[in-house]
Amino acid sequence: MSRQSVARAHQKIQELSWDPMYHTPYQKYGTDYTFQKAQKRDPLKQVLRSYFPMQEDKDHRVYGASDGAIRGNMFRQVQERWLEWQKLFLSIIPLPEISAARSMPMLFHTVPNPELHNGQAIQMIDEVRHSTIQQNLKRLYMKNYVDPAGFNSTLRNFHNDYCGTIGRQFAEGFITGDAITAASIYLTIVAETAFTNTLFVAMPAEAAANGDYLLPTVFHSVQSDESRHISNGYATLLMALSDEGNHQLLERDLRYAWWNNHRVVDAAIGTFIEYGTKDRRKDRESYAEMWRRWIYDDYYRSYLVPLEKYGLVIPHDLIEESWNQIWNKGYVHEVAQFFATGWLANYWRIDPMTDEDFEWFEYKYPGWYDKYGKWWEAYNSLSMPNGHHPIVAENVDYVYPHRCWVCMVPCLVREDMVMDEVDGQWRTYCHEACAWTDKVAFRPEYEGRDTPNMGRLTGMREWETLYHGWNWADVITDMGFVRDDGKTMVAQPHLDLDPKKMWTLDHMRRMGNLQSPNVLLNEMSDDERTAFAADYVRQGPAGRPAPTDA
Amino acid sequence: MTDIAERSVPKLQFTDAEAGAKEFPDSTARSYNYFKPAKRKQTHYEDVTVEVQPDPRHYLSQGWIYGFADGQVGYPLTWTKLKAWGQDEPEPERGPGSGGLPKNFSWPAHGWHEFRDPNEEWEMTFYRYGANVERQINANIDVAREADAFAQWNPNWVTFVERHVGAWMHIEHILGLYVFSHANRSGPTNMHNTAMVVNGMHKIRFAQDLALYNLTLSEEIESFEGSAHLETWDSDPAWRSAREYVEALTAIEDDWGESIFAANVVFEPLVGELFRSNLVQQSAAGNGDFVTPTVIGCGEYDYSRRDLRMTIAMFEPRANDKEFAAHNQEIMQGWLSKWVPLALEAARGLQPLWSEPDFKPPRFEDALDRAKSRFSGIVSELGLQLPKELAQ
Repeated sequence: MSRQSVARAHQKIQELSWDPMYHTPYQKYGTDYTFQKAQKRDPLKQVLRSYFPMQEDKDHRVYGASDGAIRGNMFRQVQERWLEWQKLFLSIIPLPEISAARSMPMLFHTVPNPELHNGQAIQMIDEVRHSTIQQNLKRLYMKNYVDPAGFNSTLRNFHNDYCGTIGRQFAEGFITGDAITAASIYLTIVAETAFTNTLFVAMPAEAAANGDYLLPTVFHSVQSDESRHISNGYATLLMALSDEGNHQLLERDLRYAWWNNHRVVDAAIGTFIEYGTKDRRKDRESYAEMWRRWIYDDYYRSYLVPLEKYGLVIPHDLIEESWNQIWNKGYVHEVAQFFATGWLANYWRIDPMTDEDFEWFEYKYPGWYDKYGKWWEAYNSLSMPNGHHPIVAENVDYVYPHRCWVCMVPCLVREDMVMDEVDGQWRTYCHEACAWTDKVAFRPEYEGRDTPNMGRLTGMREWETLYHGWNWADVITDMGFVRDDGKTMVAQPHLDLDPKKMWTLDHMRRMGNLQSPNVLLNEMSDDERTAFAADYVRQGPAGRPAPTDA
Repeated sequence: MTDIAERSVPKLQFTDAEAGAKEFPDSTARSYNYFKPAKRKQTHYEDVTVEVQPDPRHYLSQGWIYGFADGQVGYPLTWTKLKAWGQDEPEPERGPGSGGLPKNFSWPAHGWHEFRDPNEEWEMTFYRYGANVERQINANIDVAREADAFAQWNPNWVTFVERHVGAWMHIEHILGLYVFSHANRSGPTNMHNTAMVVNGMHKIRFAQDLALYNLTLSEEIESFEGSAHLETWDSDPAWRSAREYVEALTAIEDDWGESIFAANVVFEPLVGELFRSNLVQQSAAGNGDFVTPTVIGCGEYDYSRRDLRMTIAMFEPRANDKEFAAHNQEIMQGWLSKWVPLALEAARGLQPLWSEPDFKPPRFEDALDRAKSRFSGIVSELGLQLPKELAQ
């Protein structure tokens, strides 16, 4: 290390700040925000002379632990229930990380403060670190865990699976549309500041409880970088707040980013922590308890609320509604149930819940068994192939849901479903907040103001559309979720690796064809659609059909 | 004795979930199976970079789900004028009942996916390299300080370093942050973008190394004016054309390929190495300075051994593309014709610097000839023709 103090060194590198003299940089990425040339200080105060050795040292610890895990046969004590869900999580997360790296250049020319660019550049390379170190962790799992299927096809799976598409919002949201909306508000102010707490702190703790200490090793190392990125977002936010013309956009973007992160991250991480664990100690925190601590108290009350005095309009209603969804409306349980319903469309194995799990759920979420218990008992009884279909095609009092056009998680809290004709197509939304995102926020005009840089929702947003009318065996073959014998499926609704107990394409061939709810919705007459919507909002909880006596 | 309540800790269980514990379909399939390696066996670098950035022509069945206001999505291949084989084939059209995998699918779907960084950079290699460079620089500076080596410098050399070596930090910074790092949102594959980030961080690190070296010299040499580089950079006519060049790189409209090409193929050999290797490195020892070359040398190594290798691997396949070689050669020849005169103007702008030190380096014209020769070799390696403008 140099003898120079980091503060002095950091002050010196400010002399590198560049004011163009002969050419104006090309503005590739646009924003509807405006910035005064406020001299906000770079909060990271990071200098590469000390940064490189620091990161190298962190790497040494990560790779040392990796070697130790293999030498110490960590996988003899890893819970398969847990590792299976990592096939999903670790297929998703390297793209959000690398997308965060890609998003930083969007700020270089839109945030007119060269001092902040230093922090953004550090964040950029941090994110490259995260993406490749996570790919490497997954590689290690693939090589050392009993069942490599799903890890070995990881990125093909991620790119063509509906769960991957849901997760991709947490990546594409960083790199497209209005540069500040994407790279600052969605990424740093909400995703990193609020939700990495559950992603990179709460979830690794659960991994350790399931015998996996490599995930905590890697992700705590990652999180030690994230805490610096949070400072990046804060500095840009304060700059944005200093211009009153931005307040309306900040309000819009916080609403969109908060709600989308809640829908996506809580769905995934909530499921991993609650349904991917074997640790059923009554005094271990549930996801709801973690959420209350990490997100409600630490983020909302300690970080967001104090910003109100600077003019930030905080989406109090949506934050309370998110808690309402998690605590009162069973959002995480509904999502986990849907994952398990559609096990055959994925690339990991989902362990049935046991009596010990039931007891824990009932203790943590009173009333859980009455809502979800019978269905999970059915899941268990239908988990081994024995002349019946997978649970999605059996009568277990579950109505296959429509997808939300925005967050792409199905409309699982049925009473909240919103249906509307937008851009010439009938769409369903899981909540009025998602409907607002499509109909109001992602538009070239917002509350009478031109927003020419705001992004657009694109793509084939309902996965089932692609396979409308296809036999399930062909769907799974097309997606590549088949093992190397050419017939056994990667996904299984149990953890038994006895080939005789594993589902194959032959079982799928006997099922009826897959139907796209959205295609069917658009084929309905107006009267049929009205009746459909009226019925849908009376369904649930746990996907139950609407009562017939009402 | 006090009773101690039993601690609540997770119960570890023997699960026997290690590789090889059971035999079943896929139980030995322990390699990523969704891409073709460049060579016979997948490398560690490929495993952690390839296909992380999706492509609708591969597996991205639902397409990109967010777009820009003008309708562009993802990483458009049109963000450079260069083309790779296969890219003009229509994107797979997907809709109700289309399925997800493109018809007649093969990997890769186009030539951009064939690029591999020959330096095989990912986070582990990158941080080890960067940390080693910083250790090396610190050690050199520390030992020089202890030996009071700075006292041996000729007075004019002190002025030269404070102004001109100082001015160079700005070039590295602009290239690092606003050219290479900026381009990492634009490349067609994860391998391109990761390589461009690494190149950018080399530059940013080098710029900071020069700035902190400047700070050390301010502390060690009484007459050393630590902020003199700012006035030199802003006002010295010798730097004007070099500054114009790097600022012009940031103004290139929507072509990451041109940015990287004009920086690493044209500017670096004709101006960068000219200044660093043919002026500073050749002058320092004679002026009593054995330290500055060790700092400059690290930046020089970044370019000559790593970033240039990467650049040739990135552009040479396009010049010899099986479908678009003629198109790409025309584009790249156009870039050479556009940027070489500007680089030569920048190089000649620096000529007065050759007479400033007491101990003179080899003549400017000889140095420029060496730089042109180096440049010619790079152009030849890319399979391109030397532009007539080089004779200017």
